[in-house]
Amino acid sequence: MTLFDLRLQELHNRLHDKEVSVADLVGEAFAKIAEREERVKAYLTLDEEGARAKAAELDAKLAAGEARGLLFGLPAGIKDNMVTEGLRTTCASQFLKNYDPIYDATVVSKLKAADAVTIGKLNMDEFAMGGSNENSSFYATRNPWDLTRVPGGSSGGSAAAVAAGEAYFALGSDTGGSIRQPASYCGVVGLKPTYGLVSRYGLVAFASSLDQIGPITKNVEDSAYVLQAIAGHDPKDSTSANVSIPDYLSALTGDVKGLRIGVPKQYLEGLDSQLKEAVLESLKVFESLGAVWEEISLPHTEYAVAAYYLLASSEASSNLSRFDGVRYGVRADSSNLLELYHESRSQGFGPEVKRRIMLGTYALSSGYYDAYYLKAQKVRTLIKQDFDRAFEKYDVIIGPTAPTAAFPLGSQVDDPLTMYLNDILTIPVSLAGVPAISVPCGMADGLPVGLQIIGKAFDESTVLRAAHAFEVHTEYHKRRPSL
Amino acid sequence: MSIQAKDVEHVAKLARLNLSEEEKEMFTEQLNAILQYVEKLNELDTENVEPTTHVLHLSNVMREDVVQESLPEEKVFRNAPEEEDGQFKVPAILE
Amino acid sequence: MSTSKYETVIGLEVHVELHTKSKIFCGCSTEFGAPPNTHTCPVCLGHPGVLPVLNRQAVDYAMKAAMALNCEIGDVSKFDRKNYFYPDSPKAYQISQYDQPIGLNGYIDIEVDGVTKRIGITRLHLEEDAGKLTHVDGGYASLVDFNRVGTPLVEIVSEPDISSPEEARAYLEKLRAIMQYCDVSDVKMEEGSLRCDANISLRPHGQKEFGTKAELKNMNSFRGVQRGLEYEQLRQAEILDEGGQVVQETRRWDDAQGKTFSMRSKEEAHDYRYFPDPDLVTLHIDQAWKDRIRASIPELPDARKARYTSELGLPDYDASVITASKALADLLESSLEHTSNAKAVSNWIMGDLLGYLNSNNLELSQVKLTGEGLGEMIGLLDKGTISSKIAKTVFKEMLQSGKLPQQIVEEQGLVQISDEGAILAIVNEVIADNPASVEDYKAGKDKAIGFLVGQVMKRSKGKANPGIVNKLLVEALKG
Repeated sequence: MTLFDLRLQELHNRLHDKEVSVADLVGEAFAKIAEREERVKAYLTLDEEGARAKAAELDAKLAAGEARGLLFGLPAGIKDNMVTEGLRTTCASQFLKNYDPIYDATVVSKLKAADAVTIGKLNMDEFAMGGSNENSSFYATRNPWDLTRVPGGSSGGSAAAVAAGEAYFALGSDTGGSIRQPASYCGVVGLKPTYGLVSRYGLVAFASSLDQIGPITKNVEDSAYVLQAIAGHDPKDSTSANVSIPDYLSALTGDVKGLRIGVPKQYLEGLDSQLKEAVLESLKVFESLGAVWEEISLPHTEYAVAAYYLLASSEASSNLSRFDGVRYGVRADSSNLLELYHESRSQGFGPEVKRRIMLGTYALSSGYYDAYYLKAQKVRTLIKQDFDRAFEKYDVIIGPTAPTAAFPLGSQVDDPLTMYLNDILTIPVSLAGVPAISVPCGMADGLPVGLQIIGKAFDESTVLRAAHAFEVHTEYHKRRPSL
Repeated sequence: MSIQAKDVEHVAKLARLNLSEEEKEMFTEQLNAILQYVEKLNELDTENVEPTTHVLHLSNVMREDVVQESLPEEKVFRNAPEEEDGQFKVPAILE
Repeated sequence: MSTSKYETVIGLEVHVELHTKSKIFCGCSTEFGAPPNTHTCPVCLGHPGVLPVLNRQAVDYAMKAAMALNCEIGDVSKFDRKNYFYPDSPKAYQISQYDQPIGLNGYIDIEVDGVTKRIGITRLHLEEDAGKLTHVDGGYASLVDFNRVGTPLVEIVSEPDISSPEEARAYLEKLRAIMQYCDVSDVKMEEGSLRCDANISLRPHGQKEFGTKAELKNMNSFRGVQRGLEYEQLRQAEILDEGGQVVQETRRWDDAQGKTFSMRSKEEAHDYRYFPDPDLVTLHIDQAWKDRIRASIPELPDARKARYTSELGLPDYDASVITASKALADLLESSLEHTSNAKAVSNWIMGDLLGYLNSNNLELSQVKLTGEGLGEMIGLLDKGTISSKIAKTVFKEMLQSGKLPQQIVEEQGLVQISDEGAILAIVNEVIADNPASVEDYKAGKDKAIGFLVGQVMKRSKGKANPGIVNKLLVEALKG
């Protein structure tokens, strides 16, 4: 067992007891990176110098017995769509390839305040648009379980880094499944909190009404631990909820007796048999622990992907307009402003980003707004109502995270619609704004697959409690890829 | 509804994107496929359904009218492609 | 050719900057005139990842302005994004309000040539201002200053109820006065805190459909608005007279040349793609909030004018002129704390004060006159302590130094001499020194007395009471 295999809380205690030093942890992370990163390509920017300096600073603090933050000394990777002052932030886009942020995202400030150590910035699909990391304009991250396969996306770098031991934990962002799906593909734990629980300030916006930051970790306890450090109201984010933050670790009781579980039949229809088997086996674990489950219906599930692509692309088309080459980012050489806009944006954005900007611009344009954008917003209401109704009777909703395990690199790049349909099980949750976690629940053809546990708005405690109970009675989360 | 190459050109103009001929062709085809797919939303009667802009029912989130420190010049222009006399420089709009 | 064949239809879109301390969506200062880009932050520069947070004071001001314009305030209001690319717009969208503005269906009453007319106000909405472009390199490049980005604005859209350039000007002046009274804006056209665009079209009398309109921009003064519309009215009438068709377009007023010019642009598609801003949440405006704002609205110009004519007995015209400027009306009010002679206060304001300000191209705030000074000066005048001639000297001094009249009179020894003995001594001197004029007078040339009075006044340095001088001279010459 290496340091990496220890729970974050355990590491915290060992640091406290001076059994290990921050330099040890950071050293091990960079040792793994040296060994594996060339193959995995999880990071876009590494900050070894900064991380080692920070480790020395924190070790000095430790020696002086000074007060320590919750994430003291723990080496973290941050998805490259959260701005880090002084550390290049690219969103995996050529447009921002040299962007040097002038402020810190609120989550980054929170990590700093909690004394975490930033290892580097993690690869992703460009502007978080994609589900395979193949839309990174720099290079595709590989799945540590099978280097010929995708790690999922858009937080593919975050999931791969944790799976490969290149970060002790990572932050990802989820708009339609971008934390949960790569967590499922890479055999790690990914939590998308309730919309509004974690500040979006400093998260480069893809779809503002859906984007949410969350932790990607090796296990559920770590997920609760990191969530504790990043959740909370932020006056800089008007859509941040002003709710009190419970103690998430204390929710991890292991007790799910009497827990009422709904299993949407729509989530199992046409599912790969190995995956279906993994889900049904998981439900048996819950049964054995005293929980009860029933099949339920979320009738508008099949409309979620269509509504999502209209809403997310529309918001994105507006959010990405600021990338115009005037104040930062790529500027094409042109003596005419209009041409400068067109050229800078055309050079700076990759095909998937352009495709979504085109779709969103079209959906918002004069004469089509009602038919597309407004219609999608109304369907969003119906989807949310599906969940509201289900949560009147059930504590959590459980199903698979993704319809398949990780697919081979290059196998879907030419077919955007098929790629979009990979998110069919995560998108409804995003539209409803409720929290969901993906935990490893088995293997399909040697690749990990994830179980999705969905909860009521701001009831992360129950989601984490259920996921944790499942985890302590299973061994899936202990498996590591052999790299 | 199906979209034509000229619609794609119009939308690209609105979005300030230059598209190559291949891209125009590709986007026309792909956007049509996506729009055809989203047609399925019309199976649902949403006549009396309120649109959802925010899942959280937050309202009246405001700050007090207090002046905060602005950025030092170094940060304002740290990423600027072109600066002159403390301002961002751009070519004129020649139309 | 004449415009009398046609009915002119004008609608105005007015932007008013609200004078909050900080910007509408971030904490940067809104102070005017700072070095370029020194009042900017990641939010107003539109950096990746930033989010807006609404300034409560901006909403309060917008509600106050809307109420003062007799608008209905909705229970629900929200913000939308207006998408367009321009270098002065950092996010390439402006946060504005589309279908749920702060205020709807208001009006204001204007008066032109003694006739009162009601002009409808379609809507008032809140939005953020853009930055400022300066053209350099012979027009081949622009410099962008983002200090102004995010200054809160209200856009006030009138109904097409305005029928002449004079009415347009009256509307604008009334609007400015109301904003001044509400104290929500500096409303200075020269600093850009009040801006006006106009839509103007002509149609034959009796025709129901509107004619084709032109949108007029770049009118930077009240006079400019009127002149621009007058020019455009004539231009369109000429086209119609010749059987031509007015082109729907945006035209730029050139104040120096006194003409409008087409701002012909490439057939650039304009489609603002409004949609609700997902970064901001809905405003629910309850009755308590509305009541609080309503209670903060002071007496408005129309009410003050009515009070000045009915209670103070001021002429209608004087009351109009004075109440059109909050500063003048406030001066009048504070003067009346020191004198009860409202008519005199009004006369001094209408005459000497406005004469001085206009001929020197000054604003009231640029002179030092106070209500206390003006009121006390009129008191001294009414008591006979100073002559009206001295009053003019005192008044000029008050404009420049702001000293109170009593002090000026004492320092400069300007108290009127009413002591007959002192005046008689001067009278006797003058009679002795001007035998020719004395002869003329005695020969029946009554005009000669005027010269002699003038001489006495001159020797007394203007301080002798003119009535007593006259009386003593006549007595001395007859005796």
